[in-house]
Amino acid sequence: MLEANNISVNLGGKEILSDISMAAAEGQLTAIIGPNGSGKTTLIRALTGEIPFNGDAHLNGFDLSTTTSLKLASMRGVLPQSASLSFPFTVFEVVRLGLTLGVQANIDVPTRISEALTKVGLAGFGKRYYQELSGGEQQRVQLARVLAQVWEPTFQKKPRCLFLDEPISSLDIKHQIQIMNIARDYAKSGGGVVAILHDLNLTAHYADHVVLINKGRVHAYGAPKMVLTAENLELVYGCPMSVGQVPAGMNFFVLPEISHAAPI
Amino acid sequence: MSSEAAVPQLPTEIEGGDRTVFARLSLVVLAIGLLATAVFSLASGATDSSAFAVAWALVSDDHSAIDAVERIVISDIRMPRTLLGIMIGASLAVSGAIMQGLFRNPLADPGIVGVSAGAGLGAVTTIVLGGTALAPIVAIFGIYQIPFAAFLGGLASTFILYRVSTRNGRTSVATMLLTGIALGAMAGAFTGLLVFWADDQQLRDLTFWGLGSVAGATWIKVAAVAPIILPVIFLAPMMARGLNAMTLGEATAQHLGINVQVFKRVAIVAVAAATGASVAVSGGIGFVGIVVPHLLRLFIGPDHKYLLPACALLGAIMLLLADAIARQIVAPAELPIGIVTATIGAPFFLWILLRKRGLLDM
Repeated sequence: MLEANNISVNLGGKEILSDISMAAAEGQLTAIIGPNGSGKTTLIRALTGEIPFNGDAHLNGFDLSTTTSLKLASMRGVLPQSASLSFPFTVFEVVRLGLTLGVQANIDVPTRISEALTKVGLAGFGKRYYQELSGGEQQRVQLARVLAQVWEPTFQKKPRCLFLDEPISSLDIKHQIQIMNIARDYAKSGGGVVAILHDLNLTAHYADHVVLINKGRVHAYGAPKMVLTAENLELVYGCPMSVGQVPAGMNFFVLPEISHAAPI
Repeated sequence: MSSEAAVPQLPTEIEGGDRTVFARLSLVVLAIGLLATAVFSLASGATDSSAFAVAWALVSDDHSAIDAVERIVISDIRMPRTLLGIMIGASLAVSGAIMQGLFRNPLADPGIVGVSAGAGLGAVTTIVLGGTALAPIVAIFGIYQIPFAAFLGGLASTFILYRVSTRNGRTSVATMLLTGIALGAMAGAFTGLLVFWADDQQLRDLTFWGLGSVAGATWIKVAAVAPIILPVIFLAPMMARGLNAMTLGEATAQHLGINVQVFKRVAIVAVAAATGASVAVSGGIGFVGIVVPHLLRLFIGPDHKYLLPACALLGAIMLLLADAIARQIVAPAELPIGIVTATIGAPFFLWILLRKRGLLDM
């Protein structure tokens, strides 16, 4: 679905990303993790066609640097880290912005908006003013807008991709799990998800594939068990880590070794 | 028992918060309001006839409703004035709404990005130097000298604005706002220099032009600006999708499928053209471009599909009313309309600032 080879990004004369190669497949949740300032958001911005880059990247075979915004909008949705609005939009109207270009032919707009709001747990919020919501609620409204844009995980028999830049950072644990479930279900239904995550345990639980970025380069890449090792994480985050197995044996967890943490 | 928070799947009912029906209804009400205001505007002035008589004379062939002198006054003086007022008011409000959408800031206005100042400098240059240094060039354009110079000034400032604030085909809104402030200051300085050189007669002309007025309306002026302003007003709703998407930021607009760079260019040129033309014939009429879009957003919401046509209608109504006040308050003399709009608009602007101070911190 998404393939990127030797991606480099220079911003203001500084190399932010160098030589990044990665792929994200349909049916999978691909997590991008790494310390603050490692280039995760820049990578998403390059992969969504937002900023120019060297190297080549394709989404469903379409070259990201030459494909029109309109065509890309039919194949992928992007949830930004934060979105502020200066005008008094209602929640209904914000979600409707996801349907701006009408690439979603033959849909009943109010029904789609209601479905999207219900999915993110905000049924009944349509009338509220966006600016009056809490940060976490605003984040979920934005996700509803993105979902409205690319509601079906496949389009013309090709998978669609959800790009999520820290989708759960401002959410409580219940909504973190709810949003991660939505992302996983989207992937399980044939779409693809690329998400920047900070929570290593939710990454361990939900990700099918992990890209660990450090200083603008891919440090490790593969299945969670291969990437989320104490050695990798200690090297990248600069903080001693323990990786353990939960008793049921289903999943593993990652804990920082706080008592031995190096003084900052 | 489920170990994970369930993802709800089925919506129980259609969400509220859709203001489409109300917005459409408002457009109808505003259209009727504009019609009524236009008739009122045609009927008001130094000669006296009732609005009803004027309306009847216009829609029927029964010319006996008003006398011959009144007919001439209406067809040659008030009609072009009313039409010019409608076009200028609509143009100011629509340009304001487009700029605010583009900048994601309810305080943005063509005045702020230096387009009006540039257009003004063009006009002032012609008024002051038209009789001397520029006389040969001005002679070619005759009565179009001021409109043409203002239009050129508006275009020039837009061009400089675009060149300075755009890099690698991308325009930064922040740089653009700052460039606009610098351009405005520069145009203001040159205008000040020209005013310093001006003689007494030119100073009178400058003062009257600078305060803004539709008093000197003629059919020629109407014909000169209509081909510029009308296409902008009628084609503006085609920009609605782009402007709606832009309210979420340039990046998200692009994610939603808008060709942001092309869209910005179109929007900027449209605003420059409409603003240049309005400044040329009516000078600086302030605050219509801020007040009208802001009021309408409060009532029908920020969806540009309805906001832009509603701005055209309410902008026209506001300007006709302001012009009527300007004509009536010191009759038989007339106040420049800019004084009226600033008297009402400036306190309103302060009120918005007071309520939205947080926006200035962005």
